[in-house]
Amino acid sequence: MSTPAEAPSPSAPVGGRTQPARTSRFGGLGARTAALPRPVKIVLMLLFGLFLYLLPLLNPPYITPSGSDFGAVLFTVATYVLVALGLNVVLGYAGLLDLGYVGFYAVGAYTVAVGGSLHGKLPFLLLLPLAALIAMFSGLLLGAPTLRVRGDYLAIVTLGFGEIIRLTAINLKWLGANAGISNVPRPPSVELFNLPHLTWNGAVATVDLGDTTTFLKFGVLDQIPYYWLALTLVFIIIAADKALQNSRVGRAWEATREDEDAAELMGVPTFKFKLLAFMIGAFVGGLSGALFATKQAFINPQSFLLLLSILFLSAVVVGGAGNRKGVIVGAIVVSFLPELFRPFADFRVLVFGILLVLLANFRPQGLWPASRSVRAKQVDETLGELEGGAARA
Amino acid sequence: MRPIIKLGVPLVAAALALTACGGTSGGTAAAGSTSGGSSKTCDLKIGFFGALTGDAANLGQNIQNGVKLAVDQYNAKNADCKVAVQPYDSQGDPAVAPGLAKSAIDNKSVVGIVGPAFSGESKAADPLFNEAGLVTITPSATNPALSTNGWKTFFRVLGNDASQGPAAAKYISDTLKASKVAVVDDASEYGKGLADIVKSSLGAKVTTTDTVQTGQTDFSPTVTKIKSSGVTAVFYGGYYAEAGLLKKQMTDAGVTATLVVGDGVKDDGFIKAAGDKAAEGTIMTCPCLPADKAGGTFFADYKAAYNAEPATYSAEGFDAAKVMLDGISEGKTSRADLLAYVASYDKPGVTKTLKFDAKGEPSQVTIWAYKVTGAKIVPDQEIK
Amino acid sequence: MSFLINNFFALTASGLVLGAVYGLIALGYTLVYGVLRLINFAHSEVWMWGSFAAVWSMTAVGATSGRGIGATAAFLLLALVAAMLVSGGIALTVERVAYRRLRRLNAPPLIALISAIGASFVLSEIIGLRDRIAGWFGLDSALAKYVGGARDNTRFPNPLETSTAFSVGDYNVTNIDILVLVSAIVMMVTLDQFIRRSRLGRGIRAVAQDSESAALMGVNKDRVVQITFFLGGIMAGAASLLYLMRIGVTKYNAGFLLGVKAFTAAVLGGIGNVRGALLGGFVLGLAENYGSALIGTQWKDVVAFLLLVVILLFRPTGLLGESLGRSRA
Repeated sequence: MSTPAEAPSPSAPVGGRTQPARTSRFGGLGARTAALPRPVKIVLMLLFGLFLYLLPLLNPPYITPSGSDFGAVLFTVATYVLVALGLNVVLGYAGLLDLGYVGFYAVGAYTVAVGGSLHGKLPFLLLLPLAALIAMFSGLLLGAPTLRVRGDYLAIVTLGFGEIIRLTAINLKWLGANAGISNVPRPPSVELFNLPHLTWNGAVATVDLGDTTTFLKFGVLDQIPYYWLALTLVFIIIAADKALQNSRVGRAWEATREDEDAAELMGVPTFKFKLLAFMIGAFVGGLSGALFATKQAFINPQSFLLLLSILFLSAVVVGGAGNRKGVIVGAIVVSFLPELFRPFADFRVLVFGILLVLLANFRPQGLWPASRSVRAKQVDETLGELEGGAARA
Repeated sequence: MRPIIKLGVPLVAAALALTACGGTSGGTAAAGSTSGGSSKTCDLKIGFFGALTGDAANLGQNIQNGVKLAVDQYNAKNADCKVAVQPYDSQGDPAVAPGLAKSAIDNKSVVGIVGPAFSGESKAADPLFNEAGLVTITPSATNPALSTNGWKTFFRVLGNDASQGPAAAKYISDTLKASKVAVVDDASEYGKGLADIVKSSLGAKVTTTDTVQTGQTDFSPTVTKIKSSGVTAVFYGGYYAEAGLLKKQMTDAGVTATLVVGDGVKDDGFIKAAGDKAAEGTIMTCPCLPADKAGGTFFADYKAAYNAEPATYSAEGFDAAKVMLDGISEGKTSRADLLAYVASYDKPGVTKTLKFDAKGEPSQVTIWAYKVTGAKIVPDQEIK
Repeated sequence: MSFLINNFFALTASGLVLGAVYGLIALGYTLVYGVLRLINFAHSEVWMWGSFAAVWSMTAVGATSGRGIGATAAFLLLALVAAMLVSGGIALTVERVAYRRLRRLNAPPLIALISAIGASFVLSEIIGLRDRIAGWFGLDSALAKYVGGARDNTRFPNPLETSTAFSVGDYNVTNIDILVLVSAIVMMVTLDQFIRRSRLGRGIRAVAQDSESAALMGVNKDRVVQITFFLGGIMAGAASLLYLMRIGVTKYNAGFLLGVKAFTAAVLGGIGNVRGALLGGFVLGLAENYGSALIGTQWKDVVAFLLLVVILLFRPTGLLGESLGRSRA
């Protein structure tokens, strides 16, 4: 019998054998970073954050895709990261398999498009939180009845949900039908100053003053400000995610995932916490959808295919469900590599399928497996000591 | 990982050191693209924007072949100053269209775009082209609403659904003399748009309507509906994959009404899906000239170049590219000049006389009816 | 509403024919789920490969309709055997590549599902890119008959021409309708009897009930799992031929939607329950047709998905209850 809690448990005893060599390497890097004095760490992190913001202006060689615009690609990567963080709460923390995550993404996008263009003229800054809240509410509506069913059934119910949302969007005139919705409102612009781009010629970089990005002009052409907006939201969600994981809620999820029955016995209302995870996931999904709609300025049901759900899911699974850094890496892999390898576009789904099979079989915990929490390790150590002590006695 | 980081630091340093002269180099690049048509500018590019991979790749390849043929012919005459085709493979996906459009706009040697091929990606990408003043001529996007957005860079070389719909309705009522008609669409933007126009043109003659979905394979409820209504003609707005299956299932169920379809079905795939016998007699309307009526030597040239007959929209792709190449050969090598040139263009092309009205629609539109005869799509008559 | 009443027979008949195909595919999901408690996401691709085997075998022998009853029967038998063998073989391959290692590791079902999703992508893309793959070996022009138009509909050269057997009211019941319905029911009954009465069937039921005890009693679990996959595969192969005779074309991605529907049918009837699969298929086929007639054809798929959600919420064990193990009467 497969209870949802069993599913992606990072401590799954057999399927998830930890890879000692790998963990220790990351651990070594982590330990070295951890050993740095605190102010240095903060400065390093700020520098890294700044680097991420400047990335589309720097256009570094090798990683700048040739076929498409770097700013647009980075925006896509940032929304995937956002989505992966949201789905990670559902899948990684609470252990619920959601195959219809694109449904929440679509709800977010349609809220912005319908409220800002088709049936209203609400401003974007109001629509953004509204989209996330409506997506969260739809998560509550879907989750309340369905989270009681078995884990693998839940996967199929959510798959159905995603398809129902898309088919409804296609067939309802009120939602713009297949023609989609144009003129989705953009965020308000505050035009402060121009930033030049770098142009690379082999190993030599030049500053191209003819090609500039206006700081915070959310216009038609330049995609970079949208990337900045998405990146900012990513940082906010990461911070919230960290806080949540270390709170009572995070502990309750961990307990539910490690052993649902034991958690229930200890007085953790597991159903409520699963529902909460589902809603938080939907919230973040709606947020990403809203971002997509505003950058795109035009949406139609074609943008919310089931394949997207599968891609989102793969981002989380490839990276390592349950590990925040892992899913970020996974999202980057899933969204960025196809852009870098556009010439092989025909084969990407094939390669992707092969990767999924290999990964599931040989690295079932993802590229960057979640380390077990300190508490779980302590418990294991205590147990080990007790047993060892008993043997000696 | 680490070697890259080590390399990266000196490079950034070099970049900063070169700031001063970088400014000037950026300046000349910008000047080169706006210098106007006085001196001869070479190595220009015409972008092709459409699906080259993925499920809709066939249509994109057909168009690109037409574009390439026009460019090759131009290059043969102007060997000293060639033009290249730059593909932008959208996979027909509106989500990637803006990024590709931006990339085309940033490539200063791209002076014009043939495409975007589909209506959905046009809606996502055309605002960017309009903002940048980069001229686009679509050979295949037929949604009527596209020309109503005030985009000054939007042109198309074929009639939109609003011109095709009434022609199909005319054929149904005048030639088929049908008094009871069923109109079915596939809920797609193209199919539903076209079907709605046919519905309003036929008025009270439409007794039955239904909507199916793209990707559907079993149409039994629809067939039952058509059969029980006793109509003598069925119009289907949609694409060939579903139309073929619908026609087969209609024939299997003993429906004898004539099927009339739009240009989205004008493809051998329809006959393949329906089967030779079931497909027989189907009427297809299309704002495209029969290949052998296309002007000049296009038909023979295409066959010689690709060892295949021109497929749907190949000739339109050729025409769209030809308009821009004419401009380039007259020295309109900046984006602004080429845009102005296209807007005032008036010359015969292979599909029709190419002249655009203020909204970018072609001023001359011919609609032809084709008929499936002997498992082939053959021209029937021009609908006037 | 009046449309539904006036055309009740037509909608019912076509719904049953479609439902029979759903039911046959659903068997694959039901058997694997019954034994392994896994949703074999790649089963739709098993079906799709079978449909291509049927098409290619007919292309290879140059089958056409109207060659007399003996030739037609021989053609159909060939197509059936080709489809069943290829589907069965692909099902075994999926088991070997996507599942066996994970089963040995006792991995969580979620990981197995992801492995199956990956396998499903690979299988459908191989068909969708078959022209390019043949091109690597320089065979694309030699094999053009088989690999051309890889992403388009591929037509089945049907050896049996559709003809009306008899009419009920406005509806012509065709020879193919009858053939599909009868073969589906015959296959289902045969499979049901096989699982109930044969030695292998007993093994399957034993593993489904309690795999550890079964292993202790000397049942070779690996062998049972392979047989289960193979049985599901050959049923999907048979379904693919019946589908082709009715619909006429197949495509690299035709399996997906059909697979979801078939899974719905399996859940409807009670997953793990062989008889439930056929019942679920019929109920789903009818619900789709009646639903279309009542609220519009465009909502056909939505009706199917909603039905799935509702069933899972209110009767998660399906109409006939689950468990392959307890299927002994």
